Amino acid sequence: MSAVPHGLEHGHDHHHPSGLMRWIQTTNHKDIGTMYLIFSFIMFLSGGVMALTIRAELFQPGLQVVQPEFFNQLTTMHGLVMVFGAIMPAFVGFANWQIPLMIGASDMAFARMNNWSFWLLPPAAILLVGSFFVPGGASAAGWTLYAPLSIQMGMGMDMAIFAVHIMGISSIMGAINIVVTVLNMRAPGMTLMKMPLFCWTWLITAYLLIAVMPVLAGAVTMILTDRHFGTSFFNAAGGGDPVLYQHVFWFFGHPEVYIMILPAFGIVSQVIPTFARKPLFGYASMVYATASIAILSFMVWAHHMFTTGMPATGQLFFMYATMLIAVPTGVKVFNWVATMWRGSMTFEAPMLFSVGFLFVFTMGGFTGLICAIAPIDIQIQDTYYVVAHFHYVLVAGSLFALFSGAYYWLPKWTGHMYDERLGKLHFWCSIIFFNITFFPMHFLGLAGMPRRIPDYNPMFADFNAIATIGAFGFGLSQLIFLFTVIKCVRGGEKAAAKPWDGAEGLEWTVPSPAPYHTFEEPPQVK
Amino acid sequence: MSSTLEKYFVPEPSRFPIFGSAALLLIGAGAAMWLNRVSPGSWMVAAGFATLIYMLFGWFGQVVRESEGGKYGAQVDRSFRWSMGWFIFSEVMFFAAFFGVLFYVRVLALPELGSGKSAMLWDGFKSAWPNAGPYAEEAFTPMAAWGIPAINTAILLSSGVTLTWAHWGLLKGARGQLINGLALTVLLGVIFLCLQAYEYHHAYAEMNLTLASGIYGSTFFMLTGFHGMHVTIGATMLIVILARSIKGHFTAERHFAFEAVAWYWHFVDVVWLFLFVVVYWL
Amino acid sequence: ADARYNLQPPVTGIAEQIYGMHSMMLVICLVIFVGVFGVMFWSVFRHRKSKGAVAAHFHENTAVEIAWTVVPVLILLGMAYPATKTVISMKDTSNPDITIKATGYQWMWGYDYLKGEGEGVRFISTLSTPRDQIEGGAAKGANYLLEVDNPVVVPVGKKIRILTTANDVIHAWWVPAFGVKQDAIPGFIRDTWFRAEKEGVYRGNCAELCGKEHGFMPIEVHVVSAAKYAEWVAAQKKRMAAEAQPAAPQASANTAAAG
Ligand code: HEA
Ligand code: HEA
Ligand code: CUA
Ligand SMILES: [Cu+2]
Repeated sequence: MSAVPHGLEHGHDHHHPSGLMRWIQTTNHKDIGTMYLIFSFIMFLSGGVMALTIRAELFQPGLQVVQPEFFNQLTTMHGLVMVFGAIMPAFVGFANWQIPLMIGASDMAFARMNNWSFWLLPPAAILLVGSFFVPGGASAAGWTLYAPLSIQMGMGMDMAIFAVHIMGISSIMGAINIVVTVLNMRAPGMTLMKMPLFCWTWLITAYLLIAVMPVLAGAVTMILTDRHFGTSFFNAAGGGDPVLYQHVFWFFGHPEVYIMILPAFGIVSQVIPTFARKPLFGYASMVYATASIAILSFMVWAHHMFTTGMPATGQLFFMYATMLIAVPTGVKVFNWVATMWRGSMTFEAPMLFSVGFLFVFTMGGFTGLICAIAPIDIQIQDTYYVVAHFHYVLVAGSLFALFSGAYYWLPKWTGHMYDERLGKLHFWCSIIFFNITFFPMHFLGLAGMPRRIPDYNPMFADFNAIATIGAFGFGLSQLIFLFTVIKCVRGGEKAAAKPWDGAEGLEWTVPSPAPYHTFEEPPQVK
Repeated sequence: MSSTLEKYFVPEPSRFPIFGSAALLLIGAGAAMWLNRVSPGSWMVAAGFATLIYMLFGWFGQVVRESEGGKYGAQVDRSFRWSMGWFIFSEVMFFAAFFGVLFYVRVLALPELGSGKSAMLWDGFKSAWPNAGPYAEEAFTPMAAWGIPAINTAILLSSGVTLTWAHWGLLKGARGQLINGLALTVLLGVIFLCLQAYEYHHAYAEMNLTLASGIYGSTFFMLTGFHGMHVTIGATMLIVILARSIKGHFTAERHFAFEAVAWYWHFVDVVWLFLFVVVYWL
Repeated sequence: ADARYNLQPPVTGIAEQIYGMHSMMLVICLVIFVGVFGVMFWSVFRHRKSKGAVAAHFHENTAVEIAWTVVPVLILLGMAYPATKTVISMKDTSNPDITIKATGYQWMWGYDYLKGEGEGVRFISTLSTPRDQIEGGAAKGANYLLEVDNPVVVPVGKKIRILTTANDVIHAWWVPAFGVKQDAIPGFIRDTWFRAEKEGVYRGNCAELCGKEHGFMPIEVHVVSAAKYAEWVAAQKKRMAAEAQPAAPQASANTAAAG
């Protein structure tokens, strides 16, 4: 980012590769964070183009744009690319940039391994996206890769499996790095309960990653051996069970969705106090709530499987456990509102996105709760109601929080203020088009439109048309973000070390842009 | 973290990670091609592994040099400890997935096929364990617990003892004991692997027990196979530690690499005990 | 086409309960939503710096925090109670009048009337929407993609138990108006039930991604009077007798699932 790394003058590094080699060989958490963020945005655009193709096909009943087989590939790859390529790496990018700055560490605990964690992602992306171009095309079994459908797929499925393995290795190494950095690299005086909430949420997220990524690796490995080596894990004829795959997958899958939301909670918990100019309400209860969500997340997985025909006791257990998650999440929502209460608020782009997050994410949380009621879920499972639910929590949740954080820390990263007018425009376009896209999907789902279909009865036509228009509007709005960031990187008003008057934390004690090396001497925290 | 004010070691830019990434890309893409009979898949896998080995040697070699060069302070040492611990935890979760599968098929899936509603699809199917499923075409012999597996249990348990003995040697500065203990441990590990290889051969050649022997064969080979893979990795690491001990590395106070390998070896040991009980015995 | 906002009009007791429960949930959630965001927007408009608001400094309050942990728990208990009752009755497949096995194939449904009036009837049910309509060559009918050649026929007011299974991959047998959705899993049998209270034609879809034509394997159920049902059974028996000469099409469905 900054032209002359400070460390160089002190002869800190003997040989500093330049050009492309700098990025390939770097061990600097800021470089690596930047690469994560750029990578994830590219993947977001790729996944978005797939989503727009899906929406184009669904604009009207009938088959117009793509054939069913390819449609299923798009759905599958859209899900995989967005989850593993866009949202997760984006949060890791934030962790890389911010955690060392926030806890006063000189870098991540394992700087070289950090580099590898990042550089494993492009190969995985090549495998995923490349699978579109092999005979048989990409996997078309849904991002959940349910057996036995995934057993039927062609070579694209194997590539997806190996991509998942590689991304899993990357995530586990990244997570271990974060755990160790947070536990072992805090500046003197930075006790755990003084740590910014973003670090807390990431610490807990990292534990989730370490616990569930290996399980996903196991799940896809069994698909691989069922496909090629004659095993019968998911085949009743050999004594296995297709539903077994779902259990293993969702044991990973449900914690995974919290992996994508807890760091978002962390970002929002940094932003709201800053712009309310008031300390975060209920810091300790925020920490406990986050931990409770993480623990509960291991006990709810089968709420994705209410229609597989579990015994009533199973359904009831998973229903109750799932409903319980509303309690700690509610605590967080209430704490944020209480933080805003009697603050002295301003609404720059980061705050807009955080307040937008709060408003729209909660809607997604409520639809989640409605899904959790087993009898209702049996009606709406695998319909557009679920699609609406998870885009409310993922797009208006994770993605909006990411935007919030990006605007919040852009001045620190680039040394320039972003264009506030563009940031606000981005927010208003996003939130309006987001709702135009996804709100009608609730109606579609309730009325009985299944998900993962390329064509539908004309009674669903109106809402689908609206959703498609919204999706294109939403996609175009994201170009505003791209433009704003590029503009900010290239110039603009110089940012002060602490551009937000309500901000607190160590990251605001270093100049903007943050020098290449920070906190080589640990700061003292009172 | 509060006591040490020495500088945390932050390595210089490194060229090894990108080799690791290229290696995994070659292995992933190559394996996908190989499995679908597209050439040159097998060559790509081979090249990938070669690159990976180069990377591991280079990278770990550098870490060893840095360590022996005294660049790692107490804080770095703590980082290593935390990371190894959590890495082993991730491995535990990996095995937990497969143990969970075994539990699920034995307790839920097979009884359902044999005597639940689903039994009407599979006339006359008995769900007793071991089982290759209702459509098993050929009979097979399940693996008995009290032959080679029991011997292997004894071997792995004693290897844990010899390793601890080696550790004591290191702690009290008796390098001979350290080296002998490690060598013994490696030897036991290798014997274990040889016996397991023999057992696999026997299973395929004489017992008609293969990966394709229904769910019994699937879980048996998957669990013992991944365990064997971990023993191989563990033994390789032990050999490296042995070589380093012979070269005079490690002191009584600072020998994290030794301990990490020891933790790993004990972890592999414990997994085996579970395997012995639920895969072979019960 | 008429836009629809809510669950389809229920025609079974279970679907009725689900409909009611969803409405209740919606209202509770809306009330909480309005409450929480009423407070938030009040704050957003009042506590602005531009309005001269000065930040307070409180950052915890144990009583409030306990309250907003306990109250949601109570609300959840209120939601769980009716849901529990419905789950238990949905699972009660005992004493059916008629038992039908629905087998999912890529991409059609096979039906076997196993027990009760009509025992022995079996047929295959596939999408009947013409290709033309799908590709845009012809205007789309009202039941576009929701129509089949051989619908399931059941008598009104009788408890019908549906056994589901599949031949290749997982499918799901779903009729929204009955409040019934049950995955059909290859090699396994699962069951569900409904008692339709109103005559009519009810339509649903396969609800589990099952490959290329997942969107094209609908379910159509005709609920008819007892007399009409008897007639239909007689006609089916006659058809099957006539077809008995060539081998029955799916006698070996189960063994095929195994291979
Ligand atoms: C970021 C991701 C994310 C998050 C945070 C959540 C959060 C929740 N999800 Fe969601 N979910 C997904 C991502 C996510 N989900 C995805 C991707 C899928 C589909 C996967 C697939 O099939 O492809 C899915 C599917 C899914 C299903 C399965 C649907 C189906 O396929 O049939 C269910 C069912 O229970 C569910 C429930 C919940 C619940 C109860 C929460 C809760 O955590 C929500 C809690 C929040 C609130 C409730 C709001 C705030 C609370 C208050 C203001 C307090 C007061 C409230 C009360 C007392 C009511 N989700
Ligand atoms: C994790 C995050 C995530 C994100 C951010 C999104 C973002 C979006 N998703 Fe998401 N989606 C999932 C995760 C996500 N999705 C998952 C997990 C599934 C389930 C998959 C499955 O069923 O297996 C799914 C499924 C899914 C479906 C259902 C498909 C089906 O069932 O067949 C739909 C349909 O509308 C959809 C739409 C969208 C849209 C319109 C966006 C938009 O928000 C996207 C906006 C972004 C852009 C549009 C990019 C902008 C770029 C440009 C504008 C470039 C301009 C260039 C050109 C036009 C050439 N998604
Ligand atoms: Cu059959 Cu979807
Ligand atoms: Cu879930």
